[in-house]
Amino acid sequence: MSADLIPVSQKQALTKKDFQSDQDVRWCPGCGDYAILAQVQKLMPELGIPRHDIVFISGIGCSSRFPYYMNTYGMHSIHGRAPAFATGLKASRPELSVWVVTGDGDGLSIGGNHMIHTLRRNVDLKILLFNNRIYGLTKGQYSPTSELGKKTKSTPYGSVDAPFSPAQLALGAGSTFVARSVDVEPPHLLSTLRAAATHKGSAFVEIYQNCNVFNDGAYSYMTEKAVKADAQLVLEPGKPLVFGKAKDKAIRMNAKLQPEVFTLGKDGDLSQAIVHDPTNETLAWMLAHLAPPHFPTPIGVFRSVERPAYDALMNDQEKDVLAKKGKGDLQKLLNAGETWVVK
Amino acid sequence: MESTAQKTLGDDSHLRVVPPTVEELDTVTVRFCGDSGDGMQLTGTEFTKSTAILGNDLATFPDYPAEIRAPAGTLPGVSGFQIQFSSHDIYTPGDAPDVLVAMNPAALKTNLPDLLPGGILVVNTGAFNETNLQKAGYAKNPIDDEQLQAKYRLFKVDITKLTELSLEGSGLGSKEIARSKNMFALGMMCWMYGRPMDNIIDGLRQKFTKKPEIAEANVQVLKAGFNYGETTEAFSHKYEVKPARLAPGKYRNVTGNQAAALGFVTAAARSGVRLFLGSYPITPASDILHELSSYKNYGVMTFQAEDEIAGIASAIGASFGGSLALTTSSGPGVALKTEAMGLALMLELPLVICNVQRGGPSTGLPTKTEQADLLQAVYGRNGESPIPVLASSTPGDCFEAAYEAFRIAVKYMTPVLYLTDGYLANGSEPWLIPDPAKLPPITVKYRTDPEGFHAYQRDPKTLARPWVIPGTPGMEHRVGGLEKDSLTGNVSYDPQNHEKMIRTRAEKVARVADEIPPTQIFGEPSGDVLVLGWGGTYGALHQAVESLQKRGKKVSQVHLRWLNPLPKDLGEVIRRFQTVLVPELNLGQLSKILRSTYLVDCVTLNKIQGKPFKVAEIVAKVNELLERPRA
Repeated sequence: MSADLIPVSQKQALTKKDFQSDQDVRWCPGCGDYAILAQVQKLMPELGIPRHDIVFISGIGCSSRFPYYMNTYGMHSIHGRAPAFATGLKASRPELSVWVVTGDGDGLSIGGNHMIHTLRRNVDLKILLFNNRIYGLTKGQYSPTSELGKKTKSTPYGSVDAPFSPAQLALGAGSTFVARSVDVEPPHLLSTLRAAATHKGSAFVEIYQNCNVFNDGAYSYMTEKAVKADAQLVLEPGKPLVFGKAKDKAIRMNAKLQPEVFTLGKDGDLSQAIVHDPTNETLAWMLAHLAPPHFPTPIGVFRSVERPAYDALMNDQEKDVLAKKGKGDLQKLLNAGETWVVK
Repeated sequence: MESTAQKTLGDDSHLRVVPPTVEELDTVTVRFCGDSGDGMQLTGTEFTKSTAILGNDLATFPDYPAEIRAPAGTLPGVSGFQIQFSSHDIYTPGDAPDVLVAMNPAALKTNLPDLLPGGILVVNTGAFNETNLQKAGYAKNPIDDEQLQAKYRLFKVDITKLTELSLEGSGLGSKEIARSKNMFALGMMCWMYGRPMDNIIDGLRQKFTKKPEIAEANVQVLKAGFNYGETTEAFSHKYEVKPARLAPGKYRNVTGNQAAALGFVTAAARSGVRLFLGSYPITPASDILHELSSYKNYGVMTFQAEDEIAGIASAIGASFGGSLALTTSSGPGVALKTEAMGLALMLELPLVICNVQRGGPSTGLPTKTEQADLLQAVYGRNGESPIPVLASSTPGDCFEAAYEAFRIAVKYMTPVLYLTDGYLANGSEPWLIPDPAKLPPITVKYRTDPEGFHAYQRDPKTLARPWVIPGTPGMEHRVGGLEKDSLTGNVSYDPQNHEKMIRTRAEKVARVADEIPPTQIFGEPSGDVLVLGWGGTYGALHQAVESLQKRGKKVSQVHLRWLNPLPKDLGEVIRRFQTVLVPELNLGQLSKILRSTYLVDCVTLNKIQGKPFKVAEIVAKVNELLERPRA
């Protein structure tokens, strides 16, 4: 259908500004979403994909207003279902670059089912999950990533509802690309988004995002200038897991096959540190379990592996059947089975 | 005669000396019933194929339990298949069987009350053992009952044993042998009604290509059953039903689900656009998913989603991308899709939602039929959310209704709800194969001209907005579920704009009435009683009205294709009749709509038993109305 209609994508000299729509951005002043929008708009011209071949699809929530601000095709759909809308679009129009923007409530609570099945299928979608650990649009109820004991409007005595980790969930669902970044780390966010964009298959990016109105400072334990070098573990393929202000801390596996932090030059040397490899499945699992207070928070690409994308498989199968059976003849189909003539 | 068949006769057999009397009949209704593991559905469909080839008009009604295998021999495990065939036009699978083949006591117990007095009753005595009698709740063997023998023409045949004998030495295990006994019953019926068996035999060999020994065993038992009728004097009569005088042309047998699937594929082929089905398995709609998933070389893409919501959501995504989008389901699944339907009508994208209705509410009666989702279809969404609704009336009509649903969805850029039901979905009838070139075209035109483009600028006649698909340069735009500006489609909270959009969306759906031809009245354009129905009740209502008209009654019939909007002339048609009778397989949903739309009273006739109407029930109600004193 469309393949003939659409001119071959050429690298076009677009700028960040070309991806800004004419709509006023209406997030609260100081919202982390602004920073994410800026990085996505900055990345887009780099990809060399014409604006008209890009589609942003979202669900419901603060993050889901995102498509309105992108000068591409877009759909602001219903709560939690964005991955399902995107799957239908991508399967039927595999040549498009399709992005999903969602949040911790949208993508993990009401839409948890669609999220895991989309990742399991490895639909070639770029999924950005803004995790602010709160329901912002409904004015401050706890979410599936809110910490135990959290006091919110719906948990005045503290939440007794155990949270889960989006990265662990994505790995468990078989996502071929799992990454984490932070709204206040623009260069890191940009490079993570770039890696996701070039991944073939489902790319799941959890973005720690500050809601300065209903959950301010949710990530200050790892974003504040004074602590971030010790609290963040920046994952870089081929490089050892080293962190700390003085780059003197590293992570190794102990004799019980548990990760442990050690001080370089004191408890051991660099050769003992684990070297990051996003194709190492076991390592990805281990990294997704690293969390404060005993460990720094890893950011970067946890896993990046190759597996055929669902939309490609669907279209390949269609081509195979066509090659084998030839283009279907409607008359023959209608006349199939046993027929008889009445005169 | 073959030697194997001789063997089946066993000790109680002897060669026929007196040929059977051949009696000519207009119409016969046969019901096969047995345990759900007895293969009654296969028996029925094979008998149907053979009957279709003979040129009889026919209608079938498969009736099976929701459990795949309820405990063997129990009452809930009984599965049945009814077929009516005739030398003239018929519209239903028959009110009550003239012939009942009961493969076990449970089947006899649940089905005997339906058999007409004087009807033929064939029982498999081999299954009437103590255990089975107990499971069916019989204190003593009912077939020894003299009253039973006096009321019906009872034929006791030890089908179990005769099947075993005919397969003696075949090397098959006892399980395989037991599974073949349905073929014996089928063979007997083929003999009794002079049905050819060649196509059945071919079919069996095709079905069991990988297990030729099973195919041959089935064929052998089938022939043994036929020969049992031919050579014993067990049956003194055989019957002939002459071919019906159907409209000339090429026919095939089709179920409603098959016809709907073919209608959808035809819509794709005629429009030149890919069909995308997003669906989740549910009884009794799954067959449409099965059918369409095999049509990959016809421009059909099917996606079995993780749930009902993802089914419709993926379809809307595909529609945004320019596909003819479809989602199929049944009542409970449609309930889950309602929020997404609301989005589709806000986005004003074409989409067909097909609801193969079943007994509700909640899980209800999954394998039984009902028409109780009409109000859900017309009104069941939040906000002012009109969607065109149409329904099919016979299994074959599912083809045209499915096609029409897409024609309207595309022309008016709207979701369309298409209602069928379990009775139509599984029932079958001879179908005059249509010429797709004669169907009205489905014209898909994506807008590609960015000059003066606004996402919600409307066609002045249909009020449809342009279909602009991603990949089109210079027309990037965003759509969504928030209220939108009446021209640009950007988010708008303006109060006047909201009311304007609500009224515009309603007006657009109302204009679909321009597509509805003048109401066809079967019978006189005015009279005493108008029987007004919709959906799968068509056959029963038609046959009832036809028989009343033959008796000189001033009764006419109107059957609605469109439920929303209603035909423009319907109010006027209704007022020409003294009484309007609205029979429905619900508590009166269409009648509610008619009363509120036209401020006329309607008499309701409601049945909510998971079963279709019988012709006699309609006739009785109309007679009651005709006989009541006039005010």
